[in-house]
Amino acid sequence: MSTAAAGAIDHHHDPTTSTGIPNKKLLMWAFLASDCMFFGCLISTHLIYRLHPPPGVPAARDVFSIELTSFSTFILLMSSLMMALAVDAIQKGNVKSLRTSLLTTILFGSIFLGCQVYEFNNFVFEKHLTITNSILGSTFFTLTGTHGTHVAIGVLWLTLMYIRSFKPAGAEAARGTWLLLSFVHLVVFMATLGLSMYLVLHFARAAQAGGFGLHTCLHFGKVEYKAILGAIVGFLGVRWFALPRGPVDFDQRHAIDVEMMGLYWHFVDIVWIVIFTAVYLLEYIK
Amino acid sequence: MADALAKSGFIGKDDEHAAPKTFVLWRPTAKTGLMGWLTTVDHKRIGFLYGISALTFFLIGGIEALLIRTQLIVPNNHFLSAQQYNEMFTMHATTMIFLAIMPLSAAFFNFIMPLQIGARDVAFPRLNAFSYWVFLAGAIIINLGWFMKDGAPNGGWFGYTPLTTKLFSPNHAIDMWVMGLQLLGVASIAASLNFIITIINLRAPGMTMMRLPVFTWMTLVTAFLLILAFPAITIALVELMMDRLFGTNFFEVSNGGMPILWTHLFWVFGHPEVYILILPGMGVISEILPTFARKPLFGYPIVVFSGASIGFLGFGVWSHHMFTTGLGTMGTAAFALTTMVIAVPTGVKIFNWIGTLWGGHISMRTPMLFALGFIWMFMLGGFSGVMHAAAPADAEQHNSYFVVAHFHYVLIGGSLFSLLAGIHYWFPLMFGRKVSEFWGKLSFWIVFCGFNITFFPMHFLGLNGMPRRTFTYDHNMGWDTGNMIATIGAFILGIGVAVYFIVMIYTFFKGERTYQDPWDARTLEWSLPCPPPEYNYRVIPTVHARDNWWYQKHHKEEIAKENAEHAKAEEAHGGIHMPFQSIYPFIAALGILIGAIGVSVIDPDPGPGLIGKKLAVSLIGFLIFFVAVCLWSLEGNEGYHIHPKAEKESET
Repeated sequence: MSTAAAGAIDHHHDPTTSTGIPNKKLLMWAFLASDCMFFGCLISTHLIYRLHPPPGVPAARDVFSIELTSFSTFILLMSSLMMALAVDAIQKGNVKSLRTSLLTTILFGSIFLGCQVYEFNNFVFEKHLTITNSILGSTFFTLTGTHGTHVAIGVLWLTLMYIRSFKPAGAEAARGTWLLLSFVHLVVFMATLGLSMYLVLHFARAAQAGGFGLHTCLHFGKVEYKAILGAIVGFLGVRWFALPRGPVDFDQRHAIDVEMMGLYWHFVDIVWIVIFTAVYLLEYIK
Repeated sequence: MADALAKSGFIGKDDEHAAPKTFVLWRPTAKTGLMGWLTTVDHKRIGFLYGISALTFFLIGGIEALLIRTQLIVPNNHFLSAQQYNEMFTMHATTMIFLAIMPLSAAFFNFIMPLQIGARDVAFPRLNAFSYWVFLAGAIIINLGWFMKDGAPNGGWFGYTPLTTKLFSPNHAIDMWVMGLQLLGVASIAASLNFIITIINLRAPGMTMMRLPVFTWMTLVTAFLLILAFPAITIALVELMMDRLFGTNFFEVSNGGMPILWTHLFWVFGHPEVYILILPGMGVISEILPTFARKPLFGYPIVVFSGASIGFLGFGVWSHHMFTTGLGTMGTAAFALTTMVIAVPTGVKIFNWIGTLWGGHISMRTPMLFALGFIWMFMLGGFSGVMHAAAPADAEQHNSYFVVAHFHYVLIGGSLFSLLAGIHYWFPLMFGRKVSEFWGKLSFWIVFCGFNITFFPMHFLGLNGMPRRTFTYDHNMGWDTGNMIATIGAFILGIGVAVYFIVMIYTFFKGERTYQDPWDARTLEWSLPCPPPEYNYRVIPTVHARDNWWYQKHHKEEIAKENAEHAKAEEAHGGIHMPFQSIYPFIAALGILIGAIGVSVIDPDPGPGLIGKKLAVSLIGFLIFFVAVCLWSLEGNEGYHIHPKAEKESET
């Protein structure tokens, strides 16, 4: 305890537990063991039906776009790197660096989600693979959708952690005010993120239709000016919330919370590697 | 109920309780009344909540069983319609397994396990409360059908597809069953994670893993089974729900779906599930036998390792439920073999229990009677279980009353007898009162006789070809006598259970007072006063031996000296830390309940419109859940301190 007062916190050992492992870390490990079984069952379902396809089921190779998925896989992998940096930053008590890393992780996670939205759209409307019209669609969308939900929960969790890192020190007296403020912060952040994703996706579609040139950009700006304005205002709002306002109640003591979230994030990432291999890459053998 | 508990001195004084009262993140302080129960994070009170709910559902499931037996008493009976009969056997099984036996085990996990390892609470008290409330939400969803025009679920507790797909079960009954079971899965997994962390991380100093009481060991094994087995059924249920709500093809044969997938996923869960039901009971028995044989458990490490290996092997035997589905020779042989293998550690345990009794100074108290009844009856159930391992024989017995006889011998004769024994055994600790020996023993003998009269004839009915789940049968099948006897037995069993619980209720209010260690027991929980105070241990005990309370009783001076030192050290650190209560686990579960009603009960709107009623209700439920979880994490896991010494003075 005296070492804690001196500022050095041992993140890998908790003297109050029997094993020395912090409770929260152990909880996440046990939960991930359980989550392994969830994904195990879903992946098995997909593979079983892939090996016993009914007649008339579309060939997965004709549907998939391996370039896009490889790109989003790479992005998700990199987000794990940023997550690791975030954990490292808060273990050293560096809140500023933590926020940068969290934001990057959120950004990369959102890019992955955006790619998935694009992919689903493409499969449904152009490749005519829907969740109902074939067994491949049923297993594929349920499996990757469940994974996407995990990523989305991760992004939400990261965002909540990011907002939590602004809680002013000694906020007990103004708890209500801070709570209200952080709620607005959350709404602005999520709206901005959603709007940006919407814009990027629509711009991608416009560029696909009209080519990536000045004309497309101008036309896109004219059609979507409301959304663009909203996104700009949103970014300014998020920036405003991030302005320094004195000492915060977020430091090395919270490293375990960030680390627990990191474990979840890395796990979701690893699951994607398995899904990418089993669902996508195996289709390209021979 | 709440008043009686308040009077019983169970609840600590909260003079030190200065929770910050602010805008939203207020911390409730009520220890009694409705608010006290809704916001409790005390593992003992949550244990009571589990226990009361489990017993309520046990009675409901029992009534369903009696209705089933009444229908079968004579051939060509029309007491129930075929549809009602289907609802009865579905709900009887679902209720007894998920809403009676499992939560009754959870009640013991909650109440007894932290006491046995010398902890003051579980690792995550609010998560523990959340588990209970979600369990209750799931139970409500499953039983909602009784009050609706769609009726109760009627697809069997195993929910085999394609019977449960939209084509054959178009109304909401199955939706509710699917949704309710998913919620029960969430509750079980959350609770089990908590128990695992508690046992691994919150043991008192000196309580090594090989000194854990066997009941705690079995809690650990069961919790691991739960977190690893429940995902399989959850995914199966999700796939079925996707089929029913969004028209996917997982079990849609015309589009390439394979119903056998459901059967596999279900039994990958379903077989570990039977060990989830029996292992806690084996733990209870391993506590009771040493106490009343007055000697340590025979072969403690072997009992523990047998329990753990049952847990491992339990994942490799599921297809013995599916011998008749055409697995192929190789698969059938493999699963027949593993099924015979898993009987070995079970048999080892039985020999260890007999070894514990051997040469003991046996005192025949009520818990001991139930425990001995358990060994005998569970053994009979085990014998018919090993018979099923022989695949050719199983093909004959499959889906017959022989199977019904088998699993009631392991579920009633095994799980239920051990849990009833556990209630008798720990009742003095929980309520500070003791059941009268005469009435306790009387209830045992009625239950024991009624149980055997009901289920023993079913072996013969099954071998004579009576199929299970049949709602009536013809006069000339030769099943008349067996069914008549079984139904009479069922009513005797019902009377026995009624006597058991009436005696319990009487004892709760008027029973003989007990103070500490009424059985002269061996494990740590009996070192506490009956009932234990809110903070459990005034001084966290130091563990010196496997049966530590026995050691303490024979090393009084050493222990007193040690405790005095530790008490001083703890007081220097500010007293006993207690977690604040919280309303958010309850609100989060309420949100889940509302969302689940939206998903499973409300009809999808036929009209256009952006957000229909179904989606709206589901989203509102989700929002309540989300906000509650945010506030839950923001209010923090703070607590307050109590100083039990001062309290003692104020009492005297």
